[in-house]
Amino acid sequence: MSEPTLEFEDLKLAYMVRGTAREVLRGVSFAIQAGEAYGLVGESGCGKSTAAYAAIRSLPRNARVLSGAVRLAGRDVLSLKKNELRDLRANTVSMVYQDPSQALNPTIRVGPQLIESFTVMGVDKHEALKRSTAILHKVQIADPDVVMDRFPHQLSGGMQQRVVIAMALACDPKLLILDEPTTGLDVTVEAEVLDLIRNIRTEYGTSVLFISHNLSVVRSICDKVGVLYAGKLVEEGSAQNVFEHAVHPYTIGLLKCLPTHGLRKDAQRLSTIPGFLPSLGADLPTCVFVERCSFADETCTTEVPLWRSLGTSSVRCHHAEKVAGSPAENEIAGVSVEINRKIKPILELVNVSKSFHQGGQSFKAVQDVSLSLYAGETLGLVGESGSGKTTLAHTLLGLHAADAGGKILCDGKELLPGRRRRTLEQIRAIQIVFQNPDSALNRRRSVRKIITRTLRHLARVTPEEIESRLRSVIAAVRLTEGHLDMRPGQLSGGLKQRVAIARAYAGQPRVMVCDEPTSSLDVSVQAAILNLLADIQRESNTSYLFISHDLRVVRYLSDRIAVLYLGRIMEVGPAERVFDGPHHPYTEALLSAVTSTTGSTTSRIKLEGEIPSSMSPPSGCVFHTRCPRRLEGDICSTVEPPLMATPDGGVMRCHIPFEKLGGRV
Amino acid sequence: MARYVIRRLGLAVVTLFILSVVVFVVASVLPGSVGRAILGPFALQESVDQINKELGVNGSLYSQYFRWISHAIRGDFGDSYKFQGPVTDYLASAFWSSTKLAVLTLIIVVPIGILGGAIAALRKDQASDRIITVTGLSLAVTPEFAIGIVLILFFAVKLRWVPAGGSADGSIIQQFKVLILPAVTLSATLFGYIARMTRAGTIEALAADYTRTAELKGLSRSRVLGVHVLRNALLPTIAVLASQMSYLLGGLLVTETMFNYKGLGLLIANAANDRDIPMLMAAVFVVGTFAMIMTLIADVITAWLNPRIRFGSHV
Amino acid sequence: MTSETQPIAKTPSQEMRSQLLRSKTFLLGNLGVAFWAICAIAPGLIVNRDPAEQNLIKKWTHPFTDGFVLGTDRSGRDVLSRAIYGAREIMFIAPAATILGVVVGVMLGLMMGYLGRVVDDILSRIIEALISLPVILVALLALTVLDAGRATIIGVIGFLFAPLIARTVRAAVLAERNLDYVRCAELSGENSLYVMFVEILPNIFGPIIVEFTVRLGYAVFTMAGLSFIGFGTQPGSPDWGRTIFDERTSLLSNVWWPSIIPAIALASLVVSINLIADAIQGVVDK
Repeated sequence: MSEPTLEFEDLKLAYMVRGTAREVLRGVSFAIQAGEAYGLVGESGCGKSTAAYAAIRSLPRNARVLSGAVRLAGRDVLSLKKNELRDLRANTVSMVYQDPSQALNPTIRVGPQLIESFTVMGVDKHEALKRSTAILHKVQIADPDVVMDRFPHQLSGGMQQRVVIAMALACDPKLLILDEPTTGLDVTVEAEVLDLIRNIRTEYGTSVLFISHNLSVVRSICDKVGVLYAGKLVEEGSAQNVFEHAVHPYTIGLLKCLPTHGLRKDAQRLSTIPGFLPSLGADLPTCVFVERCSFADETCTTEVPLWRSLGTSSVRCHHAEKVAGSPAENEIAGVSVEINRKIKPILELVNVSKSFHQGGQSFKAVQDVSLSLYAGETLGLVGESGSGKTTLAHTLLGLHAADAGGKILCDGKELLPGRRRRTLEQIRAIQIVFQNPDSALNRRRSVRKIITRTLRHLARVTPEEIESRLRSVIAAVRLTEGHLDMRPGQLSGGLKQRVAIARAYAGQPRVMVCDEPTSSLDVSVQAAILNLLADIQRESNTSYLFISHDLRVVRYLSDRIAVLYLGRIMEVGPAERVFDGPHHPYTEALLSAVTSTTGSTTSRIKLEGEIPSSMSPPSGCVFHTRCPRRLEGDICSTVEPPLMATPDGGVMRCHIPFEKLGGRV
Repeated sequence: MARYVIRRLGLAVVTLFILSVVVFVVASVLPGSVGRAILGPFALQESVDQINKELGVNGSLYSQYFRWISHAIRGDFGDSYKFQGPVTDYLASAFWSSTKLAVLTLIIVVPIGILGGAIAALRKDQASDRIITVTGLSLAVTPEFAIGIVLILFFAVKLRWVPAGGSADGSIIQQFKVLILPAVTLSATLFGYIARMTRAGTIEALAADYTRTAELKGLSRSRVLGVHVLRNALLPTIAVLASQMSYLLGGLLVTETMFNYKGLGLLIANAANDRDIPMLMAAVFVVGTFAMIMTLIADVITAWLNPRIRFGSHV
Repeated sequence: MTSETQPIAKTPSQEMRSQLLRSKTFLLGNLGVAFWAICAIAPGLIVNRDPAEQNLIKKWTHPFTDGFVLGTDRSGRDVLSRAIYGAREIMFIAPAATILGVVVGVMLGLMMGYLGRVVDDILSRIIEALISLPVILVALLALTVLDAGRATIIGVIGFLFAPLIARTVRAAVLAERNLDYVRCAELSGENSLYVMFVEILPNIFGPIIVEFTVRLGYAVFTMAGLSFIGFGTQPGSPDWGRTIFDERTSLLSNVWWPSIIPAIALASLVVSINLIADAIQGVVDK
């Protein structure tokens, strides 16, 4: 076999924090062969990005290589001279990272930034310009000249990422490093960027190092996968093998946390991984996973597990055979709850609109939305960014006032538009859990203070009862008394989100809005939070308005789903029907974008063009500009389809008759 | 961009109006009458009234303000109480002298400040960074006269290279000799701010992802710094430079007094000591206007350098 | 991504405190300020000569002669005593003016940042106009018209600092306002005063402390400048600014100590204050 494109040889790397070395990579070895795509997966803090940056020696100043080597195209990266390193970067390796808007220089036009990637290799200006145009065509940018004349901020996120990828391809690299290249992009855009990466691989035969926390994305791109935990590889093998027949307890745990295969809250609770990731530089003399492993025994705490091959995978575990052979753990079944939709809904929105003014123009972020929410029910709200999901939620909460003309009813009584004009009782009825608990919790206050203030002020709990109510709230979110006197900064992300849920739940609201409550969390933590939300709902019959960009998460928790596009309802219906069809063409495209990342080979439904601005929404059906099933003639572009009732009690906004809409085959 | 500039200009007019009101209110409405302030506590009330009338500070406040501002717009700030001549004449020559001093100061301090800040940023947390930062900071907060007096001691008294003060007349070289000490004094104060801002801007740009992109393209260090870092680093510096203009102008007051240099600063100090209210009001108003124009220019330059504003769809 | 690591032990404010105590510049700055504070409160502890005692025969005595450690000035007064007593006025007026400015500025900043809209628009315009004016000029204008007592100086400097402080506080409040805990408080039915003063204010303590120390330095700077021009202190006062103005001409006769000594004293005070400010800023920014 020829020499590998990239090879890590027992790399140990530490960050110096106030004089002490904190080990991040604890001896990482792997190799990427020519033309191979290698995925490095793991939760945040496992060292995967550090590994990526070590491969091109772009490390922070406090990083120290303790031992080991990195070879790129046969050269020892860590001992190259400065000009040799520059040469290597210019000709052999390229990198694309997470946020494309940060990766491009905001003050320079796209053209010169791209041309520079060619001139650095000694190509003359004229030739560089020609090649730049050609490479933009390659990354499927239709009008390169226009794009090259733009500044980065004038391009959409997907376009920016294409430009960054074009820059990376300029030198026809032997190795392309992709560090979370689609995180933060909408599903439809993510799917396009992934398509592009696949095309590039077949066309250029470039080796790829792909870093991601998103397992399904890695699976859809990579040939081989390495699972990193606390700075050590714990399992490696072909992508198919690792994802379908994982043998390391950590890999198995990670995979089981995901609400995949149409899993729903009433069918099954999600698995979680107990415990915490060891902190940076923690002393881990034997197996790095031992503290959280349900298979661990005495051998695991005394002997270092060796890297050994097991069938087609390699693994670092004493009990891999036993783990692989053991039957699936007893999955805890969920409990299904009957929702009575015959009585009046808890919450009703009738023709709610919200417009904003910007630069003298006014535009509708939410237009004529009518929805209802019943006791104990979860209504999922999905749509790409800019679809008005969060605006709708904030309008409902009264954080900003709805436009005149619509109505919000809670328990049959009309709520006035802004929160200032609502009674305390009305405010208390609708609460919210925000995406980022760091932002949602006052960092100067203890957990106790955060919750008691809500109990006393909002829930009007008497001083005598405070203590007992506090305890029951804490218990409901599975926190302990020990957490009460901590500040948010002393808690982990998952625990913080529990505190945020406790705050929202303390006033016993009728409706809880959950705005992407798990998207800043790792998958294992996400599973625990989703379980918690399902438990709380079952116990208290609280209704949820659940917003998420992750369709699998929405499906797990929701009873009904509403799909928004440009602030308008496209369809509302029972979760199973919306997912399995017949569904709106937009929903179909969203779902298809997700399946393409889970590795299935069905051809993806592509959405043409970019999301139009809500400043100037398209005429007729707002979705017609991107609709793959636009009808012949001009009905779609001239007449806005009315919301039609569907047989299952939902609504649909499409000119295509309900029976003829697509569904999952 | 055009929209941004127009908006900025509109705001400047509003600011100018507020500025004139502030100056007027401070001088006229605060307890105590102008005439009394000029003549002192023992003067007869009739004389005070008389002088108030001469200065146009009788009648309703609104009409007083209107009279003052309508003349001021046409460049007529009335007569100096002390010199008995039009304020504008004295103001003009002093303004010219001060401009010479300010320009020389900027020529000295802007390149040195930017260079110092950039060096400090590139050697972040090393000895040279600490030296530049701490020296800059110390100089920035030390009053100009405390720095000026040390400079006079060494360069005028001990070494006798340049005069200890005076006016800038005669040949260019003579003028330069007079101007250099006060200019260095003012520069010393401004250096710290400019260096500090450049340092912060450069550090931010160095840590940015786009700089990493440039490095990973394999570009040379000088190209990474010159093309990718510098422009982004200087954006905040220019904005600060403008806001420091008011410090520079405030510094003129003390520095010109120290070096007995006949510019706006000395004019104002003398007017204050002589209680020459019309002169004082005019000078403060002119200085404020000037500072505001500088801010405006800097805002426009910053906007022009920043494509997000220049090509922003809506600002 | 939030990482799921084990809880850490120290709260951010504890961490800040321990970092400050390790900072050499912070300790040095405090030492300087403490020294001048003692001089201001009890100058008699340090020197025993009367700073006002004239002795024309001993005019311009060189340092270390006749028991005058730092020599005498044009009226034969002890330069060392005057330098020590010179701290009195400024060490009282500058902190008082700064406290006034911070209190007013914080209130304005909180209102502008949190209430926003019309309040913010109007106040922002006024503040922008005030900021474009050099503080020392407006102070001079006001002191010319008003009687130049201590209270006036404190009021004028404090009032002129308030907009600068308000601008910083406003920016900090705007950043906080974007955080969801403010929304959470609003959805707990809290009123604006509670949100501003109980929820937000503790979170912007860092920038306020930085602003306080920085402004204290400026207050000394401004006060010294005014007194150099002849405002704010009585003739003959040992105040540094006034002394330097009075004695600067002796330089030409090669007599440096009466003017250079107070200049060094003044510089040491402002530099000390700013070393503290710099250290705090370094910790707060992290």
